[in-house]
Amino acid sequence: MTVVSRRRRRGGEQPMVPEAEFTSYYGRPVVKPTPWGPAIPAYMFFGGVAAGSAVLGAGADLTRRLALRRVGRLGALGAITLGFVALVDDLGRPTRFGNMLRVAKPTSPMSMGTWILTVFGPSAGLAGAAELRHLLPRRLDWLARLLGTFARPAGIASAVTAPGIATYTAVLLADTATPAWHEARLGLPFVFAGSAGSASGGLGMLATPLAEAGPARRMALGGAVLELAAQRRMEAGMGLAAEPLRQGRAGALMRTGKALTLAGAAGTLVASRHRQLAMAAGAALLAGSALARFAIFEAGQASARDPKYTVVPQRERLDQEQAHRVG
Amino acid sequence: MSTQLSGPDPSVAEHAGWQQPQPRKGFFTDTSICIGCKACEVACKEWNGVPDDGFNLLGSSFDNTGALGASTWRHVAFIEQRDDRGDFRWLMESDVCKHCTHAACLDVCPTGALFRTEFGTVVVQDDICNGCGYCVPACPFGVIDRRIGEKDTKNVGLAQKCTLCYDRLHDGMTPACAQACPTESIQFGDLDELRERAAARLSTLHDAGVEDARLYGHDPNDGIGGAGAMFLLLDEPEVYGLPPDPVVTTRELPAMWKKAGIAALAFAVGAVASFVGSKA
Repeated sequence: MTVVSRRRRRGGEQPMVPEAEFTSYYGRPVVKPTPWGPAIPAYMFFGGVAAGSAVLGAGADLTRRLALRRVGRLGALGAITLGFVALVDDLGRPTRFGNMLRVAKPTSPMSMGTWILTVFGPSAGLAGAAELRHLLPRRLDWLARLLGTFARPAGIASAVTAPGIATYTAVLLADTATPAWHEARLGLPFVFAGSAGSASGGLGMLATPLAEAGPARRMALGGAVLELAAQRRMEAGMGLAAEPLRQGRAGALMRTGKALTLAGAAGTLVASRHRQLAMAAGAALLAGSALARFAIFEAGQASARDPKYTVVPQRERLDQEQAHRVG
Repeated sequence: MSTQLSGPDPSVAEHAGWQQPQPRKGFFTDTSICIGCKACEVACKEWNGVPDDGFNLLGSSFDNTGALGASTWRHVAFIEQRDDRGDFRWLMESDVCKHCTHAACLDVCPTGALFRTEFGTVVVQDDICNGCGYCVPACPFGVIDRRIGEKDTKNVGLAQKCTLCYDRLHDGMTPACAQACPTESIQFGDLDELRERAAARLSTLHDAGVEDARLYGHDPNDGIGGAGAMFLLLDEPEVYGLPPDPVVTTRELPAMWKKAGIAALAFAVGAVASFVGSKA
């Protein structure tokens, strides 16, 4: 009969920092990883693209940049549609999505997000549809005129709710017992806000002629700088829970994502003169943002699967309290 | 309605909106007299119609159940220990949902499917839950999960966990696990009374020289405002797979919303600045 070792140690490579010693029940997780699939980080990426695009679309509308307006509005419509489909598809019972609208609970970031989405989605959709109104057959002229009338107010409504769309998903992840998400709680909203700006600015650079893409370039650059700076700061404040962001699949995704965002940001600086360079930089920023979302998602899952990230900080906290009481 | 997110709360059902709350019900699981018979696991499955969660040999002593989950509402843990002198001891513990005073699963549920009953317990309404899965990572104990299985599996795709036999409580009955427990390791009753019973049992054991004995989940000042299901353990909580110092994640939620608000503002200012400085 085997005897369970009180302290779990890991073999293999010798780490520079000694492994934290801790006890667990057969190495099994204490907290559960979320049952969410890749649809959820995908939604968070698309939500960011949609939020930034809606803002670019409304800004372009008010400053008479027609090409940027079209890219912004259509980008917001497309991204939020993809995101919404991903979101519903990930439910255990997709047909019951409507139950999200039974209550409005400030203690549930998902509830709050749903309500922001019910304003953002239809208004971004309306503004996006207005960009396509010239495709309507003549007998639907009345609809085209209607879309034209409501396009601006709808676009502005989507832009006003966009900052909420860009940031609430950070609270959604952080408001869990998943160590790598919860410990990231103070920095994650800034990372996601930056990521949204970087990705949507990237889309603007990718799809808009140079002459009108100025605001997209600025948005992309500002977003990328915010994302990278906030990521650095966030990781520094996470303690042990930062480890999964640097290891394994999450670590590889994160490093690639950061490199792409950095390259995209550098490209942005010279993108006002070369369309092809602007397109490449925009694509890099989009990819960088997407990879960072998947990295953060994966790091959370890894931190939930390994009991170390739950037990060690809690044990340290208890030991400190005890030492404080005795001392 | 209360918006209290942490700390002691002696009237949790009343704060959830019940006008005639019942005395808060709970479990006291005394692991020092658990014999590992798993009658609780079986009784729970039978009464609540919980489907199987696989028939596996896990290689973890007599524990082939693994952990609490969507289809495991009582889980008996088996720990084999040998001390420095070679003496052997066997720890057994029947784990269950803690029915927290501040329940993260309930707080984050976006549909209201998870609710606080008049008995102060936390229950999923199967006809409301849409299987969003948010409660799963929210729980600091890893209790609740989304049920997986074939299309015709009962409540597949929904969040599932111990209901503290909500249906039996309505008829003044004892929950199935406590009813089936042959050693009264699982005790059911009014929470106030159980806390006294747990404290008395602890001092009996300490007087008898069992220095390892300790209570878990009994303290209303802990990170979850005290559990509705408390335990007497003979080793550190993490030995049994329990978090040593669990905290309800929503305790930090106001600070999180504040940061998100600042980040949203930064996003908005950045967006405006992108246009203000650009030539049309």
